[in-house]
Amino acid sequence: MSEFSIPETGLVVLVGVSGSGKSSFAAKHFGRFEVLSSDYFRGLVGNDETDQSVTAAAFDALHYVAGKRLDAGLLTVVDATSVQQSARQSLIELARSHDALATAIVLDVPVEVCLQRNEGRGERRVPKAVIDRQHLQLRRSLKSLRREGFTRVHVLSSPQDIDGTAITRHKLLNDFRDQHGPFDVIGDVHGCLEELVLLLAKLGYDIVRDRQGRAVDAFHPNRRAVFVGDLVDRGPDSPGVLRLVMGMVAAGHALAVPGNHEDKLVRALRGAKVTLNHGLDKTLEQLEAEGPEFKREVQDFCRSLVSHLVLDDGKLVVAHAGLIEKYHGRASQRVRAFALYGQVTGEVDEYGLPVRYPWARDYRGDAAVLYGHTPVTEVAWINNTACLDTGCAFGGQLSALRYPEREVVAVEALAQYAEPMRPLESPHGPQREPGVLSMEDVTGPLHLKAGERGSVKLSAAQAAGALETMSRFATDPRWLRYLPPTMSPADSSARPGYLEHPDEAFAYFRKLGIGEVICEEKHTGSRAVLLLACDPARFDAPAGWLGALHTRTGREFLEPEAERALLQRAHAAAEAAGLWDELGSDWVILDGELLPWSLKAESLIKDTYASVGAAAVAATSAAADLLERAAGTGLDLVALLERTRERSENAQAFRQSYRRYVGDKEQVRFATFQVLASEGRTYETSDHGWHMGIARKLAVQAPDLFKDTAWLRVSLDSGESTAQAVQWWEELTASGGEGMVVKPWLNLTRGARGWVQPGIKVRGREYLHIIYGADYLAEANLQRLKQRATDRKRSRALQEYLLGLEALRMTAAGEPLWKVHQMVFGVLALESEPLDPRL
Amino acid sequence: MLLTITLESAPGSGIDATALSHLLRKHPAKVQSFDLPVGQAHVFYPECTAQRTTAALLMEVDPVGLVRSKRFRGDAGALDYYVNDRPYVASSLMSVALGKVLRSAMTGTSESYPQLAAAPLPLRIELPAVSSRGLAGRDLAKRLFAPLGWNVEQTPIALDEQYPAWGESQYSSLVLSGEVRLDLALRQLYVLLPVLDDSKHYWVNDDEAEKLARQGEGWLEDHPDRELIARRYLAHQKDLVALAESRMDAAASPESAARASAPEPTGNDARVPLRVQRAVDVIAALKEHGAHRVVDLGCGPGALLRRLQADPFFTRIVGTDVSARSLEQAAAALRLDERSDEQRERLSLLHSSAVYRDARLSGYDAVVLMEVIEHVDATRLPALQDAVFAAAAPRVVLMTTPNVEYNGKYPDLGHGSLRHDDHRFEWTRAEFQAWARAAAAEFGYTVDFRGIGPADSAVGAPTQMAVFRKDAA
Repeated sequence: MSEFSIPETGLVVLVGVSGSGKSSFAAKHFGRFEVLSSDYFRGLVGNDETDQSVTAAAFDALHYVAGKRLDAGLLTVVDATSVQQSARQSLIELARSHDALATAIVLDVPVEVCLQRNEGRGERRVPKAVIDRQHLQLRRSLKSLRREGFTRVHVLSSPQDIDGTAITRHKLLNDFRDQHGPFDVIGDVHGCLEELVLLLAKLGYDIVRDRQGRAVDAFHPNRRAVFVGDLVDRGPDSPGVLRLVMGMVAAGHALAVPGNHEDKLVRALRGAKVTLNHGLDKTLEQLEAEGPEFKREVQDFCRSLVSHLVLDDGKLVVAHAGLIEKYHGRASQRVRAFALYGQVTGEVDEYGLPVRYPWARDYRGDAAVLYGHTPVTEVAWINNTACLDTGCAFGGQLSALRYPEREVVAVEALAQYAEPMRPLESPHGPQREPGVLSMEDVTGPLHLKAGERGSVKLSAAQAAGALETMSRFATDPRWLRYLPPTMSPADSSARPGYLEHPDEAFAYFRKLGIGEVICEEKHTGSRAVLLLACDPARFDAPAGWLGALHTRTGREFLEPEAERALLQRAHAAAEAAGLWDELGSDWVILDGELLPWSLKAESLIKDTYASVGAAAVAATSAAADLLERAAGTGLDLVALLERTRERSENAQAFRQSYRRYVGDKEQVRFATFQVLASEGRTYETSDHGWHMGIARKLAVQAPDLFKDTAWLRVSLDSGESTAQAVQWWEELTASGGEGMVVKPWLNLTRGARGWVQPGIKVRGREYLHIIYGADYLAEANLQRLKQRATDRKRSRALQEYLLGLEALRMTAAGEPLWKVHQMVFGVLALESEPLDPRL
Repeated sequence: MLLTITLESAPGSGIDATALSHLLRKHPAKVQSFDLPVGQAHVFYPECTAQRTTAALLMEVDPVGLVRSKRFRGDAGALDYYVNDRPYVASSLMSVALGKVLRSAMTGTSESYPQLAAAPLPLRIELPAVSSRGLAGRDLAKRLFAPLGWNVEQTPIALDEQYPAWGESQYSSLVLSGEVRLDLALRQLYVLLPVLDDSKHYWVNDDEAEKLARQGEGWLEDHPDRELIARRYLAHQKDLVALAESRMDAAASPESAARASAPEPTGNDARVPLRVQRAVDVIAALKEHGAHRVVDLGCGPGALLRRLQADPFFTRIVGTDVSARSLEQAAAALRLDERSDEQRERLSLLHSSAVYRDARLSGYDAVVLMEVIEHVDATRLPALQDAVFAAAAPRVVLMTTPNVEYNGKYPDLGHGSLRHDDHRFEWTRAEFQAWARAAAAEFGYTVDFRGIGPADSAVGAPTQMAVFRKDAA
């Protein structure tokens, strides 16, 4: 029984005349969805598997589906006769355009067998002349098939062959996903043997030398080296570097990808005419001296290298010149060309060198990409990619990156061995554009990954809903680093006469296994985020910029001068409170409430609350008066009068609920709830006692700017403690105070059923009038208002919370603006009314 | 929500005021209650004597049901919140109650008092709270009711008497008195209360135009503000207004029909409006620079796009806006849904933002930002420059923006105020030119400037335009 192997991804083209048994062969060796049959597609587009008039449409659809499968990295088998060269060519083109390999399997069955099978097909029978013609075409094809562009061609020449063959599948050569490292990825060595030996030693490798003292291998007890290519040229000892690296690779102590210099070397060794520049002449000379056997070994080694490697479950990609996400794990000429040479824009720079396409700037992939090729001044992460070529041959450094630690280890060059054609570039590219955001960053559907904590999907409609607000009303994205999540109220109270009560908030947390909570007074103000920064450059802001103060939808609260004055005072307070030293940072983002409420809500108070109050009082008092007059005439109006009087009283009372905020000319103050982030760290796992401590320090330093928040630490297991909290809440709210927020004492907590709400609000009985209306406490109304589902609000609050935390983490880690912005945008999108983005 | 109707018998008129209860077909000695989708309506008579009889229609609106029910979503936004004025203000809710409770009285027939039903009666109608929204404001009640023979007394209600500085609210109490046939009075209220309020608590559909024509029969056809009434009653839906108008034209008296078809009076000011001049000048500049493929960035409801579309010089037109609503309006104005594939290929709309790079906008000859930059916060302008000059990078960029120096020429514009609420800034010519020159230098463009509109020797033209060009390398 014969056996052959095909790549586990890519395109397989079955070639054979009608009746050669392709469909049964396909059914035997491939999965149900892996096989795309032209007959089946004729049926899909034309209702008839034998209808030749729909062939064009059927192949169109087949190509489309095959393309989608290839993009997804799935093995795809095309079951059509494919006996014509043009038909095969279009399939090879299809594979190439999706950067997949194409394999041909020819079922070369004697024509008599096919004719015989055809006879038994009934309705689906093909005219004999057609089979004869196909057979002729196949015979002609067999001669040229191997030159058409298939990676492999397997010809099965007899029914026995066909029946007896087993097909196995192999991984692509670049597929090292099962290798998890840890790795030491080493940048362009360029013949710098001494530096390489020093670097390997620094990385903890033992060097193995042969009798002549030449380094022939190096190994580490539990790590492997990965070379990003360009081992040769420019430096003093290319053969020495090759010997060492070849030894390491052969011993399984290292992996390597080829660089453009190896590619050119191979061509030169093969005798092709190449320009002998950039030190290639010297390398060839040195190799010549090593003798023909070493030369052959070098040639074999370089030719064995695969364009790029996909490692560690696809989380790491190594390619000499980097690789765009679409090409990861793919195989085609252009993938190889990109991996070895990169892509150029077609322009030429001032040194006459081609301008490279700055692919890393546009990279949005999840896999870390490590590469070399372009000498840069330092190793830096750009959108999850890092260039490790720090120009050793030009007198720079030889650098390695420890993966997964992401730690850079480097040795200085011992000398400058070559003159660069242009000065080494900053890894950030010629002009750093940290503030540049693209529509792609914010166009749905978006799948936003909030680190390890979860992910959030945004539909196109949701994303579209936030675009206008973000573009026209929000403050500059450079300093819009966080938006707070919405906050869910407690479940409706079981107590008569109450819509919300602390009992339900405590019950929520207790049920999720939380033992301790903090109850914080809920100020009636506006949720605010305060960013204070000593160094404007950290946020790419203009000189003299001090920070930002914005609302929960990203809008500025104050006019520029007023904001500046407030920020100045806040800076002074932070300084005096020793905040910078305590946090080890020169910037901080604080979460809080800005008071007074009327600052933002002045027009809301007048246009909504006062306005509705005026209408309510006028209408209900007129009705009550009339009913009182009419009641005197003996009509039975008792119940109606009573209800109307109650409404009239409620209307009067409603006015009181907003009047306490009118003309609130109190100074603008910020009540700090939490420290959100500072350089290099975030604070969601610091307990609320610590946060309240910071808030207190600020309030002590600048009581006219930072407001203290009253709070209570409550043990949910203690009836005494919770009773005390209820009493405290009642006192807070008796005169119309907004209420309190209950949070897990330990801050971010994962409970039995996922993440726990960061806070649950419990609002006061009086205060709720301005939310639910003058008559909300009337029994009939309250009963219905209690029927409210908090689930959706809570799940949205969590999504927003996770996105916000990720935005903070990224900001603290100095990640690119577009990433932070996506998260912040996501919060706003979840808060916006979805919009139809299609037009 | 309350409405009272009083019939007062003048001495010697011979009218028995208690007849009102017969005309309304509601027993004077009973309190009658009716269930409505929005709550309950009660009818009773606080006073019922031969000299004077008052009928009261009192509604108890269910405030929770009104907000919670999916049926009531006609009021754009008003019912999104529990705190709203709907339970208190005479509005379309009152019309629904009239239609349900006093339906037969609205037909104008009465078996027991046919003469009274057919005759104008001395009526007094009191509404303790009506709302008058929008531009017409306080005069509106008078405009609506006075032509129908009513004497209109309107008393504004203070926003909050504790804060006199706040002034008046949008509400007032309304008293109408006059000699009007009862059925007409009821039908007038039925139509005009929602008009006054300019809002409906339910979706307005085709039936509503029919209803307007029916309830307006005999009084609306010749009303001088008929068009305004139709517009507001039909929730500003143009096609419904047209439908109702055609129904009523058929019934209107000859002279009012003649008035309706008379041409619009033309002012003696024959100047081209500035917004038109802007579009004309922008198009001229595009042609001057051979820009066939054009992006209108910030196209709004499509004013410029319509002109570009009509001109075959432009072979590819893209309109973008950050407001999806503006794009919907543009799509409607351009009738995109009726266009062929080729036409849609030629003109398309994209939801995009001027402060984000958008790869879809590269490869065009020109990008136009007509009256756009002043709607972008000054701190975001660098992002806009990057998106336009570095990312889209067309050969030609046209920008127009108001010349603030000219503002003094607008008498209605307060000193120091801007031409539009949403303008984040308005620049002098020097400011705009300095900014534009810096941008041009940064991104390798040349720039020159021209004025749009009538130029004044001292302050220049009302609109300034910058023409940026990048020569092909």
